[in-house]
Amino acid sequence: MNGNIENYKPGEHPDLPPPKNLVGPVAWIRDNLLSSPTNVILTILSVWLLIEVIPPVVEWAFLDAIYTGEDRNECRARGDGACWAFISERFLLFTYGFYPEPERWRVNLSFILLIIAVIPVLYDRVPLRKPGLYFTALFPFIAAYLLVGGDFLGWNLPHVPTEKFGGFMLTLVVGITGIAFSLPLGILLALGRQSRLTIIRVFCVSFIEFIRGVPLITLLFVASTMLSYFLPPGTNFDLLLRVLIMVTLFASGYMAEVIRGGLQAIPKGQTEAADSMGLKYWQSMRLIVLPQALKISIPGIVNTFIGLYKDTTLVIVIGLLDPLGIGRASLSDTKWTGLSNEVYLFVAIFFFISCFAMSRYSLYLERKLETGHKR
Amino acid sequence: MKLTKTTALAAAISLTALTAQAGTLDDVQARGELNCVVTTGLAGFAAPDENGRWEGFDVDFCRAVAAAVLGDPEKVKFVPTTGKTRFTILNSGEGDILFRNTTETMSRDADLKLTFLPVNYYDGQGFLIRKDLGIDSAKDLDGASVCIQTGTTTELNLADFFRVNNISYEPVTIETNEEGIANYTANRCDVYTTDASGLASTRAALEDPSAHKILPEIISKEPLAGAVRQGDDQWADIGKWVVNAIISAEELGVTQANVAELAAAATNNPSINRMLGTEGNMGEMVGLDAQWAVRAITAIGNYGETFDRHIGPDTPIALERGLNAQWNNGGILYAAPIR
Repeated sequence: MNGNIENYKPGEHPDLPPPKNLVGPVAWIRDNLLSSPTNVILTILSVWLLIEVIPPVVEWAFLDAIYTGEDRNECRARGDGACWAFISERFLLFTYGFYPEPERWRVNLSFILLIIAVIPVLYDRVPLRKPGLYFTALFPFIAAYLLVGGDFLGWNLPHVPTEKFGGFMLTLVVGITGIAFSLPLGILLALGRQSRLTIIRVFCVSFIEFIRGVPLITLLFVASTMLSYFLPPGTNFDLLLRVLIMVTLFASGYMAEVIRGGLQAIPKGQTEAADSMGLKYWQSMRLIVLPQALKISIPGIVNTFIGLYKDTTLVIVIGLLDPLGIGRASLSDTKWTGLSNEVYLFVAIFFFISCFAMSRYSLYLERKLETGHKR
Repeated sequence: MKLTKTTALAAAISLTALTAQAGTLDDVQARGELNCVVTTGLAGFAAPDENGRWEGFDVDFCRAVAAAVLGDPEKVKFVPTTGKTRFTILNSGEGDILFRNTTETMSRDADLKLTFLPVNYYDGQGFLIRKDLGIDSAKDLDGASVCIQTGTTTELNLADFFRVNNISYEPVTIETNEEGIANYTANRCDVYTTDASGLASTRAALEDPSAHKILPEIISKEPLAGAVRQGDDQWADIGKWVVNAIISAEELGVTQANVAELAAAATNNPSINRMLGTEGNMGEMVGLDAQWAVRAITAIGNYGETFDRHIGPDTPIALERGLNAQWNNGGILYAAPIR
């Protein structure tokens, strides 16, 4: 031992690797999976569960699956795995609903424009962000025109009635409209609820409490059936528009409460400091209070977004067919009846991708805005 | 002052409600589209195909009405509804006519303010059960769990049947037929009950149809009929006579293939002539032209043709005509004469 001792000047000792038994896969397994008797049992149980579940699922969904075929009987004759032929035959129906085939390029174009419009909002280090944001503001109108069509300043696209909307496209239209409009509305409602003007406060409180006290399905039902009792005969208030309004209002009620939570977490000193610097109400809100309040509220806001996105499946009660509705209706096709596992799994994957993306983005945003307050 | 204003407003609202009720034919023709209430999906009766086109037995009747009223069987907007929402949608004016495998009952007719069209399918409620449970009669179902659609007459029949026979059951309520199949195949209920037509198609779609059977008891009468809102007799007449024409066409031997030929000139059968407008003008009486029935039959064929196309023995649903054969052929299909 003695002979190996080297002499270093103070502070110049090189970093040595950690002891062998504290690194590497073996150490990781010991620390994370087998650190106590309870953990050992849990690990064994989990491994057993995975072995039980994964191979049959993989076998059913991939190895034994049938990807092409004319009908259910053909699938059945060729194997007992998942019959994805059903989904692939109906894929276009799932995507576009009843949107007329020659016009489907408009849906595709809107989707591409959507991605272009969303990027400058989501990321702040992209080239041309300023003009991009102007485009984002214009996008809802462009998309509405593209999807519905009609005569506009000499442009003439064939009109597509909104009841032809369906499938993923319908989910995206309803979900994104709701998300885009409920946030600003929710902010206004949250601020209004704290207003010193009684009328505004009472209005906002009653609106929020009403919305939160009534299930979305009821609101949708009112939108689809009750309105036609009240509107003068002959007025044709578009059904999808009613749904969009109802969904947006519904989400904004919840959004307002989430944001109010954020506002209440901001110390009063922040507003007072803003006041003392001579900032007007809206300036202090925009520059001081809201940026902090919204940052704290991100998890809650995204939670509301995801909830809203999934709630779009409720439109089936008023006769609009979202992917789930299309799936259910497709199951009644005599050629394919009884393939519910495939349909529900397919729709679930779609929703999982969308919602998981939203939740990942919110984590990214939280990390980016992290200013060291987190515990 | 305030009172009179409110009264005037109320009067205006009820007036507009009234005007909304009358003149459905004018509304439909002005709109150029028939809003037809159908189910969200029932094999053989109404379901979208892979191109998004609605197909089925009920759907055909929608197309026939559209052809008679608008001259084009494709000018139909299908309004898919669940069992619970169908009547509200019809009564609110979101739908003009309903063909949604709906049982005609007194309370629906009188209380829900519907006017039913002639029956287009005679059905009855049955039970589907796994053979290995060893049950041969519905009366042995004591304590069974039963999958049942809410908001339907089958739900009420079921309660009646079990009460009358003094046996108990455990309801597993579901929303759609499709859900019922999923629950039944997953063994969440011992028995699935719905109209026998639905059971036949359900059984045909199961993994191993021979492991399941339909119990012999048919516990109810389910005359399935189209319906319209009460209060517009002309519109109800149109629906009624389009259905009657489709049924009569089979009885008279008028088919999709020969209808154009038969309608070109008067034949020696006055019944055919009256229906196809080569003699007199029956269509005028309901506000249509003389060719109304020709268009309806050209669109979907006669009753037998649409039956065979969607639910007949050659389809996966494989229903026999049974009660739904013509009256002179062992069934009870008996359309009032067009004269």
